[in-house]
Amino acid sequence: MKTFWLLVKAGFRRHSTYRLALLAGMTTNSVFGIIRAYILLAAIASAGASIGGYDASMAVAFVWWGQALLGTVNLWGFAEVKDRVRTGDIAVDFLRPLDPQLAYLAGDLGRAGINLIGRGIPAVILGALLFDIAWPPSGVSWAAGAISVVLAVVVAFAGNFVINLLAFWLVEIRGITLLWMITGGLLCGLYLPVPWFPDWLRTIATWSPFPSMLQQPIDILAGRVVGAGIATSLAIQLFWVAALLGLGQVVLRAGRRRLEVQGG
Amino acid sequence: MSIIETRDLVRDFKRTRAVDHLTLAVQPGEAVGYIGANGAGKSTTIKMLTGILKPTSGLVRTCGIDPMRDRIGVARRVGVVFGQRSQLWWDLPLRESFGILAAIHRLEPSAAAARTARLVEQLEMGPQLGTAVRSLSLGQRMRAEIAAALLHTPELLILDEPTIGLDVLSKQRLREFLVQERRERGTTLLLTTHDMGDIERLCDRVLVVDRGRLAFDGTLPGLAATVGAQRILVIDLAEPSPDLTDVPSTTLVESESGGLRQRLAFDADATTAAAVLAHVSARHGVRDLTIEEPDIEDVVRRIYAASGRS
Amino acid sequence: MADRRLDLALRLRPYRVLLASRAHAQMQYRASFVTDILGTVGVGLAEFAEVWVIFHNVDVLGGLDFTAALLVFALSNLAFSLADMFVGHLDQLPRYIRAGQVDAFYVRPLPLLAQLMTSDLSLRRVGRLSVALVALVIALTTADISWSATTVCLILLTIVSGTAIFSALFTAAGGLQFFLVDGAEFTNAFTYGGQYAAQQSQQVFPDPLRIFWTFVIPTAFVAYLPTVAILDLPGDHLAPPWLAWCAPLAGALAWAFGGLCWRFGTRHYQGAGG
Repeated sequence: MKTFWLLVKAGFRRHSTYRLALLAGMTTNSVFGIIRAYILLAAIASAGASIGGYDASMAVAFVWWGQALLGTVNLWGFAEVKDRVRTGDIAVDFLRPLDPQLAYLAGDLGRAGINLIGRGIPAVILGALLFDIAWPPSGVSWAAGAISVVLAVVVAFAGNFVINLLAFWLVEIRGITLLWMITGGLLCGLYLPVPWFPDWLRTIATWSPFPSMLQQPIDILAGRVVGAGIATSLAIQLFWVAALLGLGQVVLRAGRRRLEVQGG
Repeated sequence: MSIIETRDLVRDFKRTRAVDHLTLAVQPGEAVGYIGANGAGKSTTIKMLTGILKPTSGLVRTCGIDPMRDRIGVARRVGVVFGQRSQLWWDLPLRESFGILAAIHRLEPSAAAARTARLVEQLEMGPQLGTAVRSLSLGQRMRAEIAAALLHTPELLILDEPTIGLDVLSKQRLREFLVQERRERGTTLLLTTHDMGDIERLCDRVLVVDRGRLAFDGTLPGLAATVGAQRILVIDLAEPSPDLTDVPSTTLVESESGGLRQRLAFDADATTAAAVLAHVSARHGVRDLTIEEPDIEDVVRRIYAASGRS
Repeated sequence: MADRRLDLALRLRPYRVLLASRAHAQMQYRASFVTDILGTVGVGLAEFAEVWVIFHNVDVLGGLDFTAALLVFALSNLAFSLADMFVGHLDQLPRYIRAGQVDAFYVRPLPLLAQLMTSDLSLRRVGRLSVALVALVIALTTADISWSATTVCLILLTIVSGTAIFSALFTAAGGLQFFLVDGAEFTNAFTYGGQYAAQQSQQVFPDPLRIFWTFVIPTAFVAYLPTVAILDLPGDHLAPPWLAWCAPLAGALAWAFGGLCWRFGTRHYQGAGG
C-alpha cells in the first residue's frame, strides 16, 4: 500500500515538470471551451430553454468541466504499456513486487492529480469568469463529483490498459487504438452531452464504458444528476471499474503466460 | 579570389565566445585540415561559412559570396558532409537519394546519371544502391554522404569529422578517394578532424584553433616542429635487451619488462618510423611494434602554450 | 511561351521529386497506411456527428439550417484537410532541428520553408478530405442554390483561399516553434481551434469574438461567409454577403503574417544558434 502511494507521488512529480505543457494545455482548453460553450448556448437558445435536461448554465458547466477533465481522465490513451510489451521490457514489470496493473494505475492517478490541479481547476475558473456556470447544488454533489472523477480516471485507465495489452498478441494495434480513441471521444460526452444523442446512439453509448469516463462526473458536477440519480451513476461507474480492472487482470495473466511460453 | 575568406570573424553565444577574431584565407585547390579540441569552434565556423549561423561580427565570404545574403548561391558551389548528421533519406534506397539530390541541384539528367555512376564506381557503392540508407554500415554511409556532397561538382568540399568511427580500411579508402578527386577536379577541401592520419594523408595545410582563436596556420611538419610533438614507436623485442639509447634522433621514453618493450620518441621531421625500425631491427630481433601518434589535444595544448596567451 | 512553361516546370521539379518520394515512402507500408486513412475518415465522421447531433435537437443554429451547416462543415474541413496534408507537419520543426535536418536543409540550394513543406506529405489526411468532399457534394446538391458561373467561381475561390488561410496558420505556427520549447501544443490551440471555429456559424459567437475570427485570425472567410453568399442568406452586420469575395485578400494577409512569423523564426535560429 505504501508502495502504491509512492508511485502516485512519483507520477505526480514526473508530470509537474512539464509546466510549459500545462500552460499550453490551458490555452487549448480555453480556445475550445469558449467556442464550444457558445455553440451549446446558441443551440439551447434555438431550442427554447433547455435540451435533454440541460439549461444554459448547465450546458456551460458541461463544457468547462469537460475541458477540465480532458487532461485528467486519460481518454486518448497511453503508449507506455504497449511499447514495453513490444520491446519486452514488460517482463521487468512482472518481476516487481507490486502487480503491474496496480503500479501503472498508481502512476496514472498521480498524473491525473497534477493535471487536475494544473490544467483542470484553472479551466473551470476561467469558464466561471467568462460565463454563467452552474455549480454543484450541494456539498453532497461536490463530494460525489470528486469520487466520480476518481472513478472516471480509473475506468479510462483500465480500458486503455486492456487495449495496450493486446500488443501481446497483435503486432500492429494502431488500428485498434485509433478506433478506441475515436469511438471513445464520441461516446464519452466530450463534444456533446450523451443525452442529446439520438436514441439509438445513446443506447450504444450507455452500454459502453465511455460515458463513465466523462459524462457521469460532469453530470453530477453540473447538477443535472442529483439525489438517487447520483447513487445510480456511481454504481454504474463502479461496475465498469470492477469489470475493466478484472478484465485487465485476466488479460495480463494471459499475456504473462504468453511471454513465458515465448521466452520474452 | 579566395575560396574561403574570413576577417576578424566573431561568434558569441550566451556565455562563451565560440569564434574569436578568426582571420584566414583559403585559395582554390588547397586542402586544409582544421583541428582543435571539442568545443574549440570548428563546427561554429563551418556553420558560419555555410549560412546556418549569423556571425556576431566580422566578415565571412565563401566562394566570394556572403552566406547570410545568398545562402542558396553558396549551397550551389559547396558540398558539405556533417559527420554526425545525415543528408540522405533514411527510409529510401540509396539510388533514390542520389536522384532526389540531382533534382534539387537541378542537374541535367544525363549529366547527373554520368556523375552518379562515376562517383558510385570510385567509392565502390554499387552493391549498396538498392539498400535503404538506414541499413548501411557507418563506412558505407560516409562514402554515400561524400558522394552525395560531390554530386553537383562543388568547388569546395567541407567535411566535418568524416572518418569518425570508421575502421582503418574504410578510412584509407576514403582518403585515397579524396586525394584522387582533388587531383582530377582541383576541388578545394576543408576538413575538420581529430585524426592526425587524415591530416597527414589529405592536407597540405593545417589550421589549429583553440578556444575560438587561430593558434597555428602552416604545414604539418611545421606543426610538429613548432611544438616538438613527437611520435612514439613502441617496440616489442624478441628477448629482454638493454635500453635502446643509441638510436639516432630518438629519445628513450620507457623500457618495460626488463627491456622487452621499449618506447622510443622521435620528431617527425628529424627521422621516420621506418628508419628507427630499421636501425633497431638490424641489431635486435623485433617481434611486434606499434606507433603512437601525438594526441591532437596534446598538440593543441602545446600550441596554445607556445603561442602564448594575449 | 513554351519556354516559360518549361522553365516553370523545371523550377518546380525539385519539389515534385521530393513530394513524390514522400508519397512513395508512405505508401510502402500498405496496411498501416490504410489504417491511418481509415483513422482520419473516423475523425471526419466524428466531427460531422457533432453537427448532426445538434441538428437532431434543433432546426436552426446561428441562422443556419442543417444543409447550410453541412456546407460550412464541408468547406472548413476541406480547406483544413488540404492545408494539413501539405503543411500540417510544420509544427514538428523542433524534431527536425534536434535531428540536424534543418542544418542539412541550409546547405541545399532551395528555400528553407519550401524544403520543410515538401519534407513530408500527410497522405493519410485524404481520409478526412474524402468525408469533407462527400459532405460538400451532398450540401451543394440538396441546398437551394441559384447556380451560375459566379457561384462556381465563388466556391472555387473559397476553397483555394481557405486552404491558403490554414496554410498560413500552419506556417506561422512553424515559425513560432523556433521560439517556443515544445510549442506545438500551444500553436495547436490556434490551428485546430481555428478550424473548429471555422466549422461553426459565426452568429453563435458574440461580436468581439466574431471580429477576432474575421479580422485577426480570419477563419470566418473559410466557410461561414462564403456559405452566406452561396446560399443567398441575409447575413448580418458582421457578415454581409459580399464579404465572402474578400477571401483571397484574407488569404494574402494571412500569408503576409505567416511569412513574417517564419522570417522572425529563422532569423532567431541563425542569430541564436540551434
